[in-house]
Amino acid sequence: MSQVNRLASGGRIDRSKPMSFTFNGKTYQGFDGDTLASAMLANGVGIVGRSFKYSRARGILGHGAEEPNALMQLHKGKETIPNPRATQVELFDGLTATSTNGWPSAEFDLMSLMGKIGGMMMPPGFYYKTFMAPQKMWMTYEKFIRKAAGFGKLSLEADPDTYDKINAHCDVMVVGAGPAGLAAALEAGRSGKRVIIVDEQNEFGGTLLASTQTVDGIDAAAWAEQATSDLKGMDNVLVMPRTTAFGYYDHNFVVALERRTDHIGPVAETGTRQRLHRIRAHQVILATGAIERPLVFGNNDLPGIMLSNSVSTYINRYAVVPGQRCVVMTTNDSGYQTALDIQAAGRTVVAVVDSRHTPDGRLVQAAKAAGIQVMAGSGIIEALGSKHVTGAIVAPLDEAGDNVVGAGKTLSCDLIAVAGGWSPVVHLSCHTGSRPVWKDDVAGFIPGPTIQNQHLAGAVTGEYLLSEALNSGAQAGATASDTTSAQTFDCGDESTGASQALYLVPHTKPISRAPKQFVDFQNDVTAAGIELAAREGFQSIEHVKRYTAMGFGTDQGKTGNINGMAIVAKTMNKSIAETGTTIFRPAYTPVTFGAIGGRDVGELLDPARHTAMHPWHLANGAEFENVGQWKRPWYFPQAGETMQQALNRECLAVRNSVGMLDASTLGKIDIQGKDAREFLNRVYTNAWTKLAPGKCRYGLMLKEDGMIFDDGVTACLSDSHFLMTTTSGGAAAVLGWLELWHQTEWPDMEVYFTSVTDQWATCSFAGPNSRKVLEKLCTDVDLSADAMKFMDWREGTVAGIKARIFRISFTGELSFEVNVPADQGHYMWKKLMEAGEEFGITPYGTESMHVLRAEKGFIIAGQDTDGSMTPYDCLMGWAVGKTKEFSFLGERSFSRPDTARTDRKQLVGLKPKDPTVVIPEGAQIVMDPNQPIPMDMMGHVTSSYWSECLGHGIAMGTVKGGSDRMGETVYCPLADGRVLAAEICSPVFYDPKGDHHND
Amino acid sequence: MHHIYCPYCEEMREEEEYSYTGEAHIERPKDPAAISDDAWADYIFFRSNPRGIHHEMWYHAAGCRRYFNATRDTQSYKVHETYKMGEMPTITAATIAAAAASEQGDAS
Repeated sequence: MSQVNRLASGGRIDRSKPMSFTFNGKTYQGFDGDTLASAMLANGVGIVGRSFKYSRARGILGHGAEEPNALMQLHKGKETIPNPRATQVELFDGLTATSTNGWPSAEFDLMSLMGKIGGMMMPPGFYYKTFMAPQKMWMTYEKFIRKAAGFGKLSLEADPDTYDKINAHCDVMVVGAGPAGLAAALEAGRSGKRVIIVDEQNEFGGTLLASTQTVDGIDAAAWAEQATSDLKGMDNVLVMPRTTAFGYYDHNFVVALERRTDHIGPVAETGTRQRLHRIRAHQVILATGAIERPLVFGNNDLPGIMLSNSVSTYINRYAVVPGQRCVVMTTNDSGYQTALDIQAAGRTVVAVVDSRHTPDGRLVQAAKAAGIQVMAGSGIIEALGSKHVTGAIVAPLDEAGDNVVGAGKTLSCDLIAVAGGWSPVVHLSCHTGSRPVWKDDVAGFIPGPTIQNQHLAGAVTGEYLLSEALNSGAQAGATASDTTSAQTFDCGDESTGASQALYLVPHTKPISRAPKQFVDFQNDVTAAGIELAAREGFQSIEHVKRYTAMGFGTDQGKTGNINGMAIVAKTMNKSIAETGTTIFRPAYTPVTFGAIGGRDVGELLDPARHTAMHPWHLANGAEFENVGQWKRPWYFPQAGETMQQALNRECLAVRNSVGMLDASTLGKIDIQGKDAREFLNRVYTNAWTKLAPGKCRYGLMLKEDGMIFDDGVTACLSDSHFLMTTTSGGAAAVLGWLELWHQTEWPDMEVYFTSVTDQWATCSFAGPNSRKVLEKLCTDVDLSADAMKFMDWREGTVAGIKARIFRISFTGELSFEVNVPADQGHYMWKKLMEAGEEFGITPYGTESMHVLRAEKGFIIAGQDTDGSMTPYDCLMGWAVGKTKEFSFLGERSFSRPDTARTDRKQLVGLKPKDPTVVIPEGAQIVMDPNQPIPMDMMGHVTSSYWSECLGHGIAMGTVKGGSDRMGETVYCPLADGRVLAAEICSPVFYDPKGDHHND
Repeated sequence: MHHIYCPYCEEMREEEEYSYTGEAHIERPKDPAAISDDAWADYIFFRSNPRGIHHEMWYHAAGCRRYFNATRDTQSYKVHETYKMGEMPTITAATIAAAAASEQGDAS
């Protein structure tokens, strides 16, 4: 198909570089420099898709980010992208695009029948009113609604592209490179400030690229090229086209998305496809421009009805006229420029329909002088056509534009250009909470007051003349750079007549009966729908927005919101200023999650922490589990073993001979200073005053509410030197806690904290033969039972390496931990494995560790406690010092009425009645399984395992008043219907006297 | 994302380096045993929640690891000042109200 709408010359396209593309399976031609939209229009493509709710045929409305209709499905397979706007897709050779909806095709869509017939049954909020009953049918309805509605599809395959992120700082950030932005950046750049200037388009210049005006005697587009070249020549200015500043966050933090290869092909051949720029700026200049509004009239959504300045842009920038016979509808002088552009392109302007009764501005005169017919005091009340516009009914209106005051006349046309006024692009100014302000003289909202160091320039403030944009841009650039004088520009005579504030063109029929008058194209919200919302009692603009879904689409209502707000205001007899506006969140235009993820995906999603022994664990078949960011061996299956078989073997090995666990991940905090001992007294429940060097003690740490928050063994190295251990997951929080109390409450105490978790590797080995293993490698420490008692530590030489040896136990067996500097941890582990070989030393992981400690009734903070258990609740009253001088953290809370209750949930052991059963962790505990629902829940199971040593399942849990319920039977009703019975018992299932670890 | 001045590092740093740690200027009762349950509960559980000026603690977790204070507006997120632990704010809701009142006085 040839490019029927392409002009023979002109435009900024490169005719020496033709390109092929396909849309909905048909192949077309375009040129380098086209957008997909301009190329489609050049080829006479009318219908680009179907609307969201009513499935109405839709065409291209605009030329940029404001486009609500032309959402495309780009590329194929794993490269496919849902919903980019055709107006923002740069054409490349071989591009494939399809409509995102329409079945069997956008041209012939059966859903539109539903829209015609069923439209009456789908008013705003219909999904709240219909499909309500029967309730159980909702999931069925939802499937059909989901299929019928919606736009593009995601690929379910991994994104083939990579993305990255970069941080930047600058003195002046300029958002927008139209006339105002360029002038601002030139000024700031010349002052020597570090400047970053971004624009979403492939070329800087904005409106200058389609303008027929001059700047200081130079053609607008040529001036833009020169300005861009000047900026690129400045070392202190970073020029970034194809970069959308989509979010403006607190304290002048702007995030921008740079599209590096989208214009080249479906996938980046080398490097990253897109880059996220995270920019901290001293000053931000918003030069984001304004978007033209359509007008609301009957059937205003027909293909062939476009924004007036978009028509001008297609003509002047892309050399495309999207029609042969055009009617221009305008409320201001802008429409006349389009009429002149169409005529200059050799097409017919049937008439300019102006709602104003006596327009006589400079452009109006020029149009009349060119022989263009002007129908003043009139409006298009209805467009005609089914798949494309074929005509417009024009009728005379009263002065206010509220009523039709005469008979309508039908004009035949295939293009309607609508100039409904301008809406400043305020979006970024709202992102940190500033509310835009209505200005009557602008008939628009402009950015409101803000605490950010922000400047405004150009059309975003309601100044629509080119000279105003350039001059205010230069001024903003100067202010932001702390310079006083700014360049001024001359654009000749720009005198303009007054605009009329008209949003909805009345029909002869009332709104509820007239042909649909669309306000929000993307979400199919009509004027009648908004009136209905107001009638149903939705008075606040925020409620109207949510009830009608106005402004909800991916276009954030760029062309619809103001018209919608004006209609709401009118319906409620308020001014627009009184009605107010909804505001905007990032992103200004959609951002792919790939760009937000950047490089932090896959293996780089989260740091993985490995101990020094990691290579050994990998080589020996360990299965791993995540403990915080640590990869810890979970269990070490041998060939053919199930997990349970591995656990059984590991646990038996520990109880019968010797097993070894990598305990390097536990937090280790080195505490020094003359007040270290007193500090420990304050943060732990137990007493530390008499702990001698060479001794260790288990410490319990509470928050001020008396609840357990962490625990660990702390060793006394000297009177002013301690080594504290914490849980693996709690290390950072505990360090922060210690610092908090020292820095904010007790700064006079002399004590220093250093994290040494990564500096020491820990081999923990347990079992009756553990001492024999150590004795083979360590000869300078007396390791006998009398010399090295339970909870002693010694410095010694193990396998030739200076080490700290601790006799502590979490398994209830005779147990030692050897700490060496981390870079020797792997070596130490191997030497211990070697020494233990004759005893069948068995590596074990976290799961066996959990089983072994549970057999001894030892809690794990964070598993058996959840921030609501006191030491007494956990049967650890023995760890609470009763005669400590300083009221340690949490002590006072013990006597709070709630903490002192006797029926609090207490730690208990649970022995399943059926010895083969392992109760699921988390199971709720009740006394009577036959009581009616909701049952009285007495507690829950916190830890539960199969104990190979004991030959039955064991569990720990919390039960209200559990300490007084020894021997009682409780029940765990499960979601699958089973009820498991268990007997409350002591949580110390194994070796209750503690003979083993005292050997 | 906030941009916050660490009074110890003497630099503006990104919010990502810090951890917010709650209301500032809360002193632990010197003699917990002597105060009532209500007073103790007040100290543990209750915090002010103003719309406007809030004095709060921040921890430079990924930097110098010092705790410091900030005077921040909870509505506009403007950080009026940051000051070292142990110091008092120079900007408060009262000083801001007084400044606004005297400005109005000047204008009228």
